[in-house]
Amino acid sequence: MYRTTDILTNTPNASLSEAGYMVINVGPQHPATHGVLHLVITLSGETIINVEPHLGYIHRSIEKMCESLTYRQFIYTTSRMDYLSSHINNHCCALSVEKGLQIEIPDRAKYIRIILDELTRLASHQLWWGAMAMDIGAITPFFYAFREREMINDIMEETCGARLTMNYMVPGGVMFDLHPNFQKKVKEFIAFFKSKINEYDEILTGNIIFQNRMKGVGIISKEDAISYGCTGPTARGSGVSCDVRKLYPYEIYNRIEFDEIINNGCDSFARYEVRMQEMKQSLKIIEQLIDNIPEGDFQAKTKTVLKLPKGEFYTRVETARGEFGVYIVSEGGTTPYRIKFRSPGFSNLSALNHMAKGNKIGDLVAIMGSIDLVIPDIDR
Amino acid sequence: MFLKNYILEIWNAVKSLLKGMKLTGYYFTHHKEIITQNYPEVKQQLPERFRGEVVLIHDENNEHACTGCTACELACPNGTIKIITKFDVSPEGKKKKALDTFVYHLELCTMCNLCIEACPTSAIKMAQNFEHSVFNRNDLTKKLNKPGSKIREGVE
Repeated sequence: MYRTTDILTNTPNASLSEAGYMVINVGPQHPATHGVLHLVITLSGETIINVEPHLGYIHRSIEKMCESLTYRQFIYTTSRMDYLSSHINNHCCALSVEKGLQIEIPDRAKYIRIILDELTRLASHQLWWGAMAMDIGAITPFFYAFREREMINDIMEETCGARLTMNYMVPGGVMFDLHPNFQKKVKEFIAFFKSKINEYDEILTGNIIFQNRMKGVGIISKEDAISYGCTGPTARGSGVSCDVRKLYPYEIYNRIEFDEIINNGCDSFARYEVRMQEMKQSLKIIEQLIDNIPEGDFQAKTKTVLKLPKGEFYTRVETARGEFGVYIVSEGGTTPYRIKFRSPGFSNLSALNHMAKGNKIGDLVAIMGSIDLVIPDIDR
Repeated sequence: MFLKNYILEIWNAVKSLLKGMKLTGYYFTHHKEIITQNYPEVKQQLPERFRGEVVLIHDENNEHACTGCTACELACPNGTIKIITKFDVSPEGKKKKALDTFVYHLELCTMCNLCIEACPTSAIKMAQNFEHSVFNRNDLTKKLNKPGSKIREGVE
């Protein structure tokens, strides 16, 4: 349907500015970007010729730091990567350590983990929805999104003790048992959010200005999405089936009924639609589990000092932005020899140049919004 | 035909805008409850598990349960906690390891809760205080055991 261009297109150099193109810098501290992302944009008039992201402004060398931390300690650093889906990142780390230790975690812990994962996904998508509308120029949706997100944050605060960087998943289960109010509050939230999610469509999805800004903009074909390594809603908006929850189920996802949302639109609006539908699927998953949390332990018995056997362990999960992977190389000690994180944002950002090329500069922010970038995740 | 489609398109566009405006108009006229807080005057009651800072629990006799085993120090990923121990000499002349100073670097703490999980005697807990800003950076390094406090009888 859409043209497939080669990834290896011409990259710009200094001579471009001599050839009548204008090179401008967006960021690292620009109100239109999320976080500290520095984009070097080559323009011909208003048309984008090339976008080159420059990274390194929020590099904290988390992977190197993890080499000196024990298997219990390194999990908290991943909350600081993709801070909007910190639960899911922690979950992946815990799964990876459990894979090395070969321990089976109790059913109750599995249920708690999945419910909190989906709540985190909802909170992340809500923030994305508000922030994306703000990128385009609509301020009001941001407040509506935060009204619902606040409820999730309150639930997290009560059960996990923190609103954003929870560090609640530990190897062997979860840190504490659920708060007595948890089930009641989650049910309240589901009922409230179900009555409000139609407002999201009313105020933004149907809006003609929004649709004109999104439709036919930021096009990436299915082949290109695969070759750039896009995952998550960015790839599913181009018709790629890549939901780790569905294709490689972890924990109890194989027992849950939900649909993988795939949209063949290939543009910014398709990616928007995928996320909007995913919110409804997350609600569906939580509804199935919230009444059926089994009784029992919330944490398997583990040794105080964890030692992984010699070998390599890789696990992956589906975060709100795509596939997140943790690769641990162990030499048999208490600290990992090497840890590599596969973050979804990095690969999704690499496709930005392809999406933005040929569009107007005003559309760049809308395209960035539709990829849902979290810069600390890209830069680690 | 072209003209009809053109007018229809404009009509639908205006309708979609009015639909959104209707929603914002509804909330403009139906402000049932105030969702913001008058923060410094009215403070929210934070949940029990909220992680604000680490405190050493003291009872009414100024006694704590810390044995100085340094389990929290080892569990901490950032070197936030430093336990300085001393040797208490009992009346029988027996030497016993005890806590001298519990140094807590709030500026390094990430509130990960691992020290509380590691403590074998539940001597420390997370407090709900979240207003940590000070004028002098050195004020963030705290001594958690109160002056004159000692270990509770029977805690090993």
